[in-house]
Amino acid sequence: MSNEELTERVRRIIATAQHLPEDKVTADSTFAELNIDSLDGINILFAVESEFNVNIPDEAAQAIRSVRDVVEGIAKLLAEGPGGNKEAVRA
Amino acid sequence: MNRRVVITGVGVVCALGHNRTEFWKALSEGRSGIRPLVSIEPGLLRFENGAEVPDWYPLRHFDDKESGLLDRFAQFGVVAAREAVADAGIEWTRELKEETAIVTGSCVGGQTTEDEGFVSLYRKNIPRVNPLTIPRTMENAAASRISLETGIVGPTYTVSTACSSSNHAIGQAFWMVRSGSARMAIAGGSEAVFSLGFLKAWEAMRVVSPDTCRPFSKNRKGLILGEGGAMLMLELLESAQARGARIYGEVVGFGMGSDAFHITQPSPDGAARAMRAALLDGGLKPEDIGYINAHGTATQANDATETAAIRKVFGKHADRLQVSSTKSMHGHTLGAAGALEAVATVLALRNGILPPTANYNEPDPACDLDVIPNQARRAQVEFALSNSFAFGGLNAVLAFRVSGF
Repeated sequence: MSNEELTERVRRIIATAQHLPEDKVTADSTFAELNIDSLDGINILFAVESEFNVNIPDEAAQAIRSVRDVVEGIAKLLAEGPGGNKEAVRA
Repeated sequence: MNRRVVITGVGVVCALGHNRTEFWKALSEGRSGIRPLVSIEPGLLRFENGAEVPDWYPLRHFDDKESGLLDRFAQFGVVAAREAVADAGIEWTRELKEETAIVTGSCVGGQTTEDEGFVSLYRKNIPRVNPLTIPRTMENAAASRISLETGIVGPTYTVSTACSSSNHAIGQAFWMVRSGSARMAIAGGSEAVFSLGFLKAWEAMRVVSPDTCRPFSKNRKGLILGEGGAMLMLELLESAQARGARIYGEVVGFGMGSDAFHITQPSPDGAARAMRAALLDGGLKPEDIGYINAHGTATQANDATETAAIRKVFGKHADRLQVSSTKSMHGHTLGAAGALEAVATVLALRNGILPPTANYNEPDPACDLDVIPNQARRAQVEFALSNSFAFGGLNAVLAFRVSGF
């Protein structure tokens, strides 16, 4: 998957979760700009995990503050292979 | 008329032990009951530790039929209540049973039973579930069983306000006894959290620590879930004195309120309001308080917010307070938390030993209170608060006193 495609999919997920028009969510948007609080954040990560079949560790999750952080995190997990963290997939 | 309400019996079941003696021994030694989970197969969760009640064999406490009727959470509540009632040494009369209240707290009731039913139904494709699922699951199962066993028929009910449940329960019971609408009360709470379905929900919240519970430590990574139950016997001071009962301490004030801020993020204003309300209800000044058993969950948000709230209420006196989170040892038992911590607070004042915040290893400027790191401390304190702040923004604070009778 290209970085552009990944960014598009992440933008769409965030826009849907936050009930925002897609053009409001750019590759450079921060969560603060989009008014995403901690509870919204875990909802978005849940949607992202389901979409890409990955498991985002809590520590990485806490560091996520922007659309770019999500895209980079997912790219890294996908590079580690399908399912990301295997343990979570078993469950 | 100044009607004072005292505690004449306590009972506890939790990761630190099956009775008040074991509970206090662990707390005063600063020993944590957080261990690798045994009820959940390893590898299914992002976290692997919890504060489970060790070596719990229901048939040691209940016969076959009784234990089949009671979910683990209700068993903890009933066993703790038995201990508290026996400890208080009350001679029951029919009138007294009619005028005694039972108020318990639980956040999720018999969810373990429910989870087992769902596993049968959805995973094993067994088309029927245990016919006792409904009576086992109801949040009032412990309260009802305590009533059945003791024959107490006064006001009996259960409060469910997430992590504040049992502080609300004790506070309500305290007010009933103080106002005269009940002569005595059994109050507390119980919880059993360890089912895969429920733990998955906590995992998704991303607030559970992957290792241990380090309240107020800068490197804290979240809460550790725990299970158990605790109950207190409440009665009027003159009734306790008249029958020569041992008095553990006094409940002097109760304050509660709602944040109206956010469904999961805490607010320092709401927490401060509840602490002030407890002081006001007890006729106390901030300077009277010497110890606070903090809510202290070890999430980033709670501990910093609670510190800010304590500073708002106590001003300069905050630097003279001793504050600890015993959740570092018995875990966060949700609806039972206030009850376990009420017993911890009262035993601490009575024994002149303040339990520590265990697992503490890195000061946090956002939590700059004296948190009694790692080692219990000898200290004579007369008045204390015990804080409970719940998801949903519902706060409940109890004030205790240990002398003057």
